[in-house]
Amino acid sequence: MPMTLAEKILAAHTSRSEVHPGELLEVPVDFCFGNDITAPIAIKAFRDASAKKVFDPQRIALIPDHFTPNKDIASAMQVKMLRDFAREFGLVHYFDVGRMGVEHALLPEMGLVLPGDVIIGADSHTCTYGALGAFATGVGSTDLAAAMITGTTWFRVPASMKLVYHGQLKPWVGGKDLILYTIGQIGVDGARYMAMEFTGPVIERLGMSHRMTMANMAIEAGAKVGLIAPDDITREYVQPRAQRPYRFFASDPDAHYEIVHEWDVSTLDPVVACPHLPENVKPVTELSTVSIDQVVIGSCTNGRLEDLREAASVFKGRKVHPSVRCLIIPATQRIYQEALKEGLIEIFLEAEAAVSTPTCGPCLGGHMGILAAGEKAVATTNRNFVGRMGHPESEVYLSSPAVAAASAVLGRIAHPEEVR
Amino acid sequence: MMCVSECGNGKTKIKGRVWIFGDDVDTDAIIPARYLNTSDPLELAKHCMEDADPLFPSKVQPGDMLLAGKNFGCGSSREHAPIALKAAGVACVIAVNFARIFYRNAFNMGLPILECPEAVREAREEDVFTVCLETGEICNESLARTYRAAPVPSFMIELLRSGGLMAYVKKRYLSESRS
Repeated sequence: MPMTLAEKILAAHTSRSEVHPGELLEVPVDFCFGNDITAPIAIKAFRDASAKKVFDPQRIALIPDHFTPNKDIASAMQVKMLRDFAREFGLVHYFDVGRMGVEHALLPEMGLVLPGDVIIGADSHTCTYGALGAFATGVGSTDLAAAMITGTTWFRVPASMKLVYHGQLKPWVGGKDLILYTIGQIGVDGARYMAMEFTGPVIERLGMSHRMTMANMAIEAGAKVGLIAPDDITREYVQPRAQRPYRFFASDPDAHYEIVHEWDVSTLDPVVACPHLPENVKPVTELSTVSIDQVVIGSCTNGRLEDLREAASVFKGRKVHPSVRCLIIPATQRIYQEALKEGLIEIFLEAEAAVSTPTCGPCLGGHMGILAAGEKAVATTNRNFVGRMGHPESEVYLSSPAVAAASAVLGRIAHPEEVR
Repeated sequence: MMCVSECGNGKTKIKGRVWIFGDDVDTDAIIPARYLNTSDPLELAKHCMEDADPLFPSKVQPGDMLLAGKNFGCGSSREHAPIALKAAGVACVIAVNFARIFYRNAFNMGLPILECPEAVREAREEDVFTVCLETGEICNESLARTYRAAPVPSFMIELLRSGGLMAYVKKRYLSESRS
């Protein structure tokens, strides 16, 4: 039977010749992890179950990145739970402040999540690794606890949705615009429970960073995974990093897709998701009257080196608007170092932006850059729900790094062309 | 009127008022991230649904149910969401449908959830509902109308009956490793 990429990975992990959408499977995981918000509950469940060891200390990561560097005593206590657990059970991959990064940027960079893997993470944006051709999905803490003990988890085999992108992208249009456009078209529940597979000539030419941005936000359309079939671009990214063997899978040409969308994106302009749902997508040019108070460039969606380069190309020789606070957060320690070497950090500091050590803080209104009542922010993050970045009466607009940077310079939502 | 006709013989019957919310209720609305520097259920319950309805934590009573539109629980993987609802006293969530991770977490935490668009559409705030979990029969006592929810997959019922995922894992794996 022909199978999709998602079905092939699940079949290979269960030694089955075929699997069908809707089937419930018990599946071994290649890797699992949690953060300082989700892992404490998992650790408590692990201890309550009186488990004596983890299934494999090489295949579990704990990454305190949400409220770190710790914002208060309660967060410090949560992170201490992770640190103590990692020591007690000999976890190889524990990443503390100064050695860490935003989890979904850090794990691919370290070569710990790989093509063909089955991965669960106690964080909804675990779907990011679908960009490498891995079946990776977010779960809750209890699922993580169970996987840390047994090395397995259960899945319902998702039906697949094929998304085909044709044409040539305009300048300043990239992965973030493509995924926001897609969510705008299909809605925040458009791919609920499904595997989204991003395909077509536009995706084949898209760099890994842009691919990760797209897969990262598959969850914002309700999807279980957001997949891109691995190719030479994947190999080039993975080869120098991989810490384990990996495997490329591809959908059969005659595989069954429950839904197929085809779009020519040649005329697509940069887009922005307006409050309070990622599906409220408008062309940036329609929003030029929206004045803003804060810009955040970073997060697991857009905090990679390519994102910082994009932002720097807009900021170079310019200043952040006097009425705007601009926060720039390289997603990992290594990205920070590279940005420093390339002179990007210098550009940001000259522009009067604040540059921070890696943290998820502002994205979820956790700490740093909390918005007051009535304030508006443009952010390269992935969610703009009510109260996401602070006060329930604040507003978050989601965009690419280029649009965020242009908006920071002009003090209102702006197309990058406007500052050239 | 005897609304939930099939609910007897030790089956689980829930009775309470319903609180109605709209479509796409996200996990930041259920429990804002700013409170996630703890996982203490009672602390989380104090802030449950507060960005959607600031009075909710003070008015919800044990046994009450939450009614919502499509895609309930979209967003974060935070298990704090079903934990906060349960600790606030919410005995069941009935929605048009649920987001995937929330669905999984609710069962893993032992929070019953049912999909029933008709029951949601016709309900009014503070109507009294009775629900029989095993049969999926839902009754709006205030309107004297009964509904049938989409059946819960049997694998899930097994999980709920084991007392959630960890109890299931404990039973299955830890007994194997001892033997």
